Amino acid sequence: MITRSLTLKLLSAFLIFGAWEISSRAGINYAFPTFLESMSALFDMTVSGLIFKAYAETLKPLVVGVLISTFIGVGIGVWVGLSEKFDWLVSPIFIIMQSAPLAALIPLIIMAYGIGLTSKTFVVCIMAMPVIVLNTSCAVKNTPSSLIEMSRSFLASEREVILKIIIPSASPVIFAGLRLGVSAGFIGAILAELKITPTGVGDIISYSRMTADYPSMYAAIFSIIVLAVIFLNVLERIEKYLFAGNDKGYIS
Amino acid sequence: MRIFGIKLPNMTSLILWGLLWELLGQMEVSFFLPPLTSIFSTLLEIYHTKAFIRALVETAQAFLGGITSAVVIGIPVGIFMGKNRFIDELLLPWVNMFMSAPLTALVPVLMVLFGFGLKSIIITTTLFAIWIIILNTRAGVMQINRSLVDMANSFGASPTEAFFKIYFWAALPEIISGIRIGFIRAVKGVIIGQLLISIVGFGSLFELYSSRFLMSHFWAVILVLFALAFTLSELLAMLAKRFDYYASKRG
Amino acid sequence: MNSNQNAVSVKGIYKNYGDVEALRDMTLDFPKGQLTSLLGPSGCGKTTLLKIIAGLLPATKGEVYVNDQLVTTPGPDRAFVFQDFALMPWASVIRNVAFGLELRNVNKSEREDIAKKYINQVGLGGFENSFPHELSGGMRQRVGLARALSVDSPVLLMDEPFSAVDEQTRRKFQEDLLDLVKNENKTFIFVTHSIEEAVYVSDQIAILLPRPSRVSEIIRPSGFRNKDADSIRKDSEYLDTVEGIWKSLRSYVE
Repeated sequence: MITRSLTLKLLSAFLIFGAWEISSRAGINYAFPTFLESMSALFDMTVSGLIFKAYAETLKPLVVGVLISTFIGVGIGVWVGLSEKFDWLVSPIFIIMQSAPLAALIPLIIMAYGIGLTSKTFVVCIMAMPVIVLNTSCAVKNTPSSLIEMSRSFLASEREVILKIIIPSASPVIFAGLRLGVSAGFIGAILAELKITPTGVGDIISYSRMTADYPSMYAAIFSIIVLAVIFLNVLERIEKYLFAGNDKGYIS
Repeated sequence: MRIFGIKLPNMTSLILWGLLWELLGQMEVSFFLPPLTSIFSTLLEIYHTKAFIRALVETAQAFLGGITSAVVIGIPVGIFMGKNRFIDELLLPWVNMFMSAPLTALVPVLMVLFGFGLKSIIITTTLFAIWIIILNTRAGVMQINRSLVDMANSFGASPTEAFFKIYFWAALPEIISGIRIGFIRAVKGVIIGQLLISIVGFGSLFELYSSRFLMSHFWAVILVLFALAFTLSELLAMLAKRFDYYASKRG
Repeated sequence: MNSNQNAVSVKGIYKNYGDVEALRDMTLDFPKGQLTSLLGPSGCGKTTLLKIIAGLLPATKGEVYVNDQLVTTPGPDRAFVFQDFALMPWASVIRNVAFGLELRNVNKSEREDIAKKYINQVGLGGFENSFPHELSGGMRQRVGLARALSVDSPVLLMDEPFSAVDEQTRRKFQEDLLDLVKNENKTFIFVTHSIEEAVYVSDQIAILLPRPSRVSEIIRPSGFRNKDADSIRKDSEYLDTVEGIWKSLRSYVE
C-alpha cells in the first residue's frame, strides 16, 4: 500500500531533483552538472568499483576513531557521572570542546602526527568524543533516584547499583550520544580527507574538482551524504527498537 | 566539588589544567606545547597586528552574514512547516537529512559554485546553522496552544497579524534555543569553511603560522577562538534561560 | 505492650536537613502482624520516617529496632513498595519481581519459580514476559507489590503505594490489602495522606502533624475490622473515625 507519507516523500524528492535538473540545464553555472549526469557518474563509479575502494579508505579512520571515542568517551562519561571530584576536574574540558570550533586544531594535528591515518583518526576522535562524554555523564547523573533507592532497599551493593541500575538506565541516552558522536565523526572524517591528504571519497572529490569532472564530484558528495544519512537513520531505528519504553530510563 | 566545606565553582579546574600546561611547557615536553605564559605574551604582540584584526573581521563578517541568513530564512520556514501539514511533509525529510548530513562534503561544491571567498564561507555557515533553527521553530509552533490561535481568530486577526503576533511569540522559547544551537554550529561552520577555503580569515592565519612552525602564535589564535566560542555559547545559554519561565507557564 | 510484640520500634528519631527540622523526637511502635498507617498532611515527614525505618535515610539522632535488633541500613527483614513503583523499564515483569532475589544471589530457576508464584498471587499471571511500559499504572504497582512479597520479609514498608493509580483500582487495591494483612503473617507500615484509606485498611493509625513533625494521636479502630470489605465503608464507627480525624487535621490544611 502506498501511504500518504511515502507519496509525499517521493513527490518531494522528485521536486527537488527536478529543480536541480532544470536549473542546471538552464545553465546557471558551468560547475553545476545536471542531476542525471551526476547519477550516471555515480553509476559508473559503482560499476567500476571505484566508489567501494574509496569508501574502504574513508571508513577506516571513521570506524577506528568512533570505536576509540566510544570506549574512552563512555568510560570517562560514566566516571564523571559517578564522581563529583572527577566531574569538577574534567567536565570543563569537554564543555569547552563541545562549543569550540575543534576543526581549528587540524593544522596542529597535521604538524604533530603527519598526514597519515593517525591524524585522520585523531580528527574523528576529537569531533566525536565531547558529545559522547557529555551525554553519558548527563545520563548517569540523571539516573532516577527512586530506582537507586529501590535497589538499595533490596540490598544491592555499590557495584550492583552501578551495573544493574545506573548503566541500564543510562543506556538509551548513552546510545543517543553515540549516534551524535558518529554524526560528528562523519564530519571529521570528511574534513580530514579534504584538509589533510586526499584519500578515499575526499580524493574523488578533490581530484574531480581539479580536472573539472563535476558530475563525478557531485556524485561522490551525493553518495557520502546519502551513506551518512542512511547509517544514522539505521542507528536511530535500532535505538528505538532496543529501548522501546525505556526512552527516559524510567517508568512510572 | 567541595574542599574544606567550600564549594568550588564549576570551571575552576581550568586553572589547574592551565598550571599543568604551563609546567609541561616549561619542561619542554613537546615542541607543539609552548608554555601558556609565552602564548599569552605572543597574544599581546599579535592582537593589534593588521593580519590578526583582518582575520577577526573577516570571520565576524562571515559569521554574522551566515547566522543572519540562517535566522531570517530559518524562522519563517519553520513557522510555515509547523502551521501547514503539506509543506511540513514535503520539507521535513530534507531538513532532517541535512541536519545529520556531513555538511563538510558540500564545501567543495560551494567553492566551485561561489568562488574562494566570503560568499562561500557565509553559505557554509548558513548551512551549518539553519536546520536546527528550522526544526526548533517548527517544534515550537506545533506545540502552540490551539485556543491561543482560536482566540486571535475570534478577535479578527489577519493571517499576517496571527503570524507575527501569535505564532512567533508563542514559539519564542523553542526558537531561542534553536538559535543558540544554531550559533554554536555556525561557529564550527565558519572555521571549517575557512580551513577548507584557507585563503580567508583565520584559515589563512593558520596556514601562515603552521607553515612557519610558529607554535605560540598558533595557540594564541586557538585560545582566542575557543574563548570567543565558549563566551558566545554561555551568553546565549543565559538568554535562553530567561525564556524558560515562559515555556513552563504556558498551558 | 511488651516489646517483643512489636515488629518495629522507633525511639527518639530526629531528622534535620541543614537547619530545617523534619522530624523531632519521634517515638512509635508497630505491632507484629498488623497494619499501621502513618497519616498526615503533606510535609509532616511521614515518608521521611518510612525511609529512615527502611534504612534508606540516616536519622540525625535516635534508633530504629526491627525485631529488637538495632538497624541503620536496609536489611532482608524489610521490603519496600514505592509510590512511583520504581520498576526497571528495561527488565521484564518476571525479572522486576525477582530482582530482590537476584540481588540475594538466589539462582535463576529458583528465583523465577518464586517470582511466578507471587505474580500469580497479585493477579498478573500471563504477564511474566511483558515490560512495564506495556502495563497500566495499577498493574505496575502490582509488580512492585509482588517484588516486595517475593523476598519474604517480615516487614513491608509501603510509601503511598496507591496514590498514582486511579480511584477504582485504588479501591480494589485496598480490599486486596486487607486480605493480604489477614493471610500473610507480616507487619505492614503504610504511608498515606488519605484519611478514608487509612481508616479503611489500618489496625492502628498514627496521625502525624507538621512543623515540627510529631505524633499527635494514635487511633486503633477495632469495631469493623472483621466485617467484609463492602460493609466497612458503611459502618458507623468507620464514618465517625474518618470524621474525627478530619476535624483534628483540618486546621493544618492551608
